[in-house]
Amino acid sequence: MKLPRAGLVVLAVVLSAAGATAAPGEGSEADRLHIVRHFEQLFPGVPLEDYVYGAMIASPDARAQYEQIMEFPPFLGDLDAGRRIWEKPFRNGGTFAGCFPDGGRNVVGNYPYYEESSDMVVTFEMALNRCLEANGEAPMRYGEREPMGVLSAYARTLSNGMRMNIEVDSEKAWAKYEAGKDLYYRRIGQLNAACAGCHQHLAGRTMRMEIISPSLGHATHWPIFRAGEELMTFQGRFNRCMEQMRAVPYGYNSEEWNNLEYFLSYLSNGLPLKSSVFRK
Amino acid sequence: MIRRTSPRPITAAACIALAWAASASAQDERIAAGRAIAHDWYKGNCLACHQVPGDPAAETLANIGPPIVGMRERFPDRAQLRAQLWDPTVSNPLSYMPPFGKHGVLTEQEIDLVVDYIYQY
Repeated sequence: MKLPRAGLVVLAVVLSAAGATAAPGEGSEADRLHIVRHFEQLFPGVPLEDYVYGAMIASPDARAQYEQIMEFPPFLGDLDAGRRIWEKPFRNGGTFAGCFPDGGRNVVGNYPYYEESSDMVVTFEMALNRCLEANGEAPMRYGEREPMGVLSAYARTLSNGMRMNIEVDSEKAWAKYEAGKDLYYRRIGQLNAACAGCHQHLAGRTMRMEIISPSLGHATHWPIFRAGEELMTFQGRFNRCMEQMRAVPYGYNSEEWNNLEYFLSYLSNGLPLKSSVFRK
Repeated sequence: MIRRTSPRPITAAACIALAWAASASAQDERIAAGRAIAHDWYKGNCLACHQVPGDPAAETLANIGPPIVGMRERFPDRAQLRAQLWDPTVSNPLSYMPPFGKHGVLTEQEIDLVVDYIYQY
């Protein structure tokens, strides 16, 4: 009994000392490296880039099935629907492509980012809506399969292969990152679980019949098509997790989820993006 | 007169046998009820984390918590096992096992039934 408590106290002292002295970018990078080392010990020999495959790093069978399905994924029609929305000019003649550098190619790895002027974390989906509003169009509802879900699913494919490239470069950005990190480690809901509990400490273990995915790489491959059909965004997955932990979800585009997405995306820095993908 | 001398011992034996059968079946019923709660995804959901090697009906590959074996050796005091289900963070603050009693995941009676079920292994 005394050992874990003493360990916690030491950990808390070390963490608070690190937090007090480190610059924002150094602190987040220390967190990322700490978690990468954790997973290196948990999954020896698994290359860092493979973490984009989630729980499949622990199941060659599931990975083989995935590769087979991804040769001709059942959700191509949804990506096509997203492409049509992306390409359709607004009433003023503008396009989504016109709102992003290089027509929206290789941009998603820079999202979410911290925006000083609004003191907000800006997600890629927010940027899509800002594009609509800047062109005099009504914004889309977050969390709806169409148009937001399929549009995001297609638009993100334009950044496939780009490395995640999240920056925490100011004290205010650090505060958002820390808020996301706090949520990640916090015990929550009737089941008293935490994101980090399952997806960091218990990653790779089997829950009933399913292997638990690691948080490293989580941010790289959204939306997913569950069973090839159900479109689920990253924040939609947050909501589902919270319901499963019997907590009230914060909801799409909430400040809490945007901060959590910011933290988790930072964790995946350097990993190649891969959207949209099949998951069981 | 034959009836007068023989019925007494027969009745006593029958009573004991009946009482034993009744209590055994009551215990069987409790274990069955406990098993249903333990296996239910939305109740105990014990199989999410634990295997129960002694129960062929417990279909799970879970390896998060220890398997449900040797329960009487691990918890000689049955109340200790019940307390573990009620709030596992008392014995281990870092435990990820849900506090079934403290957070009201199960009722007190349901916890008793689950203890009946797992204490047989």
